[in-house]
Amino acid sequence: MTERSGFEELQHTADWAVRVWADEIPELFVESARAMYSLSGAKRATGQRQIKMANGWGPDLESLLVAFLSELIFYAETESLSFPTIVFRLKPEGGGHRYEARLEGWPAVWMNKPIKAVTYHNLRLSRTERGHEVEIVFDV
Amino acid sequence: MRIEELRKISDMEWEIPVGTRADMRVPVRLFASRELLEQIIGDKSIEQAINAATLPGLVGAVIVMPDMHQGYGFPIGGIAATAYPGGVVSPGAIGYDINCGVRLLASFVNFDEARSELGTLATLLDQYCPSGVGTKGAIRVSVGELDTVLKDGAHWAQRRGFATEADVRRTEEGGRLDDADPEAVSERAKERGREQIGSLGAGNHFIEVEVVDDIFDEGAAAAMGLRPDCLTVQIHCGSRGLGHQVCTDYVQQFQGAVKKYGIELPDRELVCAPMNSPEARAYLGAMRAAANFAFANRQLLAHSARRAFEEVYRGKSGAHLHQVYDITHNMGKIETHEIEGKAMKVCVHRKGATRAFGPGAPGLPPEYREIGQPVIIPGSMGTASWVLVGTAASMERSFGSSCHGAGRVMSRSRAKKEVRGEELRRQLEGQGIHVRAGSLPGLAEEAPLAYKDVDAVVEIVSKAGIAKKVARLRPVAVIKG
Repeated sequence: MTERSGFEELQHTADWAVRVWADEIPELFVESARAMYSLSGAKRATGQRQIKMANGWGPDLESLLVAFLSELIFYAETESLSFPTIVFRLKPEGGGHRYEARLEGWPAVWMNKPIKAVTYHNLRLSRTERGHEVEIVFDV
Repeated sequence: MRIEELRKISDMEWEIPVGTRADMRVPVRLFASRELLEQIIGDKSIEQAINAATLPGLVGAVIVMPDMHQGYGFPIGGIAATAYPGGVVSPGAIGYDINCGVRLLASFVNFDEARSELGTLATLLDQYCPSGVGTKGAIRVSVGELDTVLKDGAHWAQRRGFATEADVRRTEEGGRLDDADPEAVSERAKERGREQIGSLGAGNHFIEVEVVDDIFDEGAAAAMGLRPDCLTVQIHCGSRGLGHQVCTDYVQQFQGAVKKYGIELPDRELVCAPMNSPEARAYLGAMRAAANFAFANRQLLAHSARRAFEEVYRGKSGAHLHQVYDITHNMGKIETHEIEGKAMKVCVHRKGATRAFGPGAPGLPPEYREIGQPVIIPGSMGTASWVLVGTAASMERSFGSSCHGAGRVMSRSRAKKEVRGEELRRQLEGQGIHVRAGSLPGLAEEAPLAYKDVDAVVEIVSKAGIAKKVARLRPVAVIKG
């Protein structure tokens, strides 16, 4: 978390929800990843540093956010990787947006319940006093 | 919404009429007592049921069970039937853990004769049934063999020697949904699932050893092989990462489909596509493949549970675990139901709701044709579970469906603040329940105080007539991921 970005957990009866904010949209994406790792209690385990490159396209920023976080869930589940350092770039393309991300991290253990999916429920990026803000509900 | 705004049909049934919100296409029917409605009125489950009532092509009413609670998009405990082939299918109304379900195995080993070895049994179940998220399963399958699993479900397990003919017969849909299409399942989903087959996973999934505590219907209990004071094993699990990825893929793809077909919805998680569209056909093929993966997965877990049980109780008579039934509670299926006096083919979306077919319904194994389909209702950890049967009334009033569990009332973070995992484990062990848990915070999230009273939930479906009590089960060991 930086001074210009952050997240807070929201109450949800069955699953996990967070509100994330940041000055800029790329930082909002990175902060959303931090929120997800924080909720699932990712802790560094022994193993080599790993670097992965990811990219994706979405017709709107919400679907791009789902695609980006789903990519991180895939690596968490198949290779037990978490990525504390993410360099994220966003550009307009084909009427929507494309992201490119450099993911740097390590094998992790999950102290809480790991997240299995990102949902679209109430997912809407909006402008607020804190910059850009979004609420995300995760399936656990 | 306030309870006073609901139309009371009976003490156990309430209605939100069409017109309560302008975009509703059908009413919402809730099976609940007033006390239970007061518990859930504060969360978003009623708003989510109203949102579900806006899906195109719905028939009858959106039904909500007494274990309802807030989900995302569609409420947990919800049932929606859409016209087939004229309506839509909605992946979010089926859920991420496609064919999450429950299997009940029963023995004739008496609890009093078995109690001294229960700790060993819990340890062996924990060892033989891998748990935790991302965990690798008990066996390895090749890429090619995975496609066979996706096509054949429990029948694949039977060919590999992990299932008996009776296991397959006593599984919903015979353990295999026809028209599964492995090619509609993404490589990414297959990669998530391939190494997980035969594993329990995490979340609210568990294996529990229980004692038959009380019998309410001797004839039905006898047909199921449930004897008083004997041990049973219950397995709650689904399609693991594979099912989650299938749902993720198609909820993403359907974001475009709703625009293409001009469908407007109050929540993007409810996205859907016309049943005869290429998008819906692909999803149905992939969803059925994920369901078959889950049938095979629970079958492998049952095989491992048998190995543990028979190893511990070798030499005791009745130590074979026979299958009572395997049911699913997250599924979309094409079924025929009577709507306004006419038989009609519909796609029944059940999300956190159990199929509960009554006596004589098609597809039941011969031994259950007269009594109706077994309905297995897991309670919260440390509380009772129930075995019920479906009724003629469930066919008429709830698309042949019943509740699926106790239903949460408290968030996971609040549950962890209320009780520590270690303290909870001590409490449960003080009640004579052996606990094996991969994560103590995870255990605290599933504390009984986070759930409704399962006995009260079952009382409602029983009094409403949509299911009938057969037996109550008391936990003596729990294994959690």
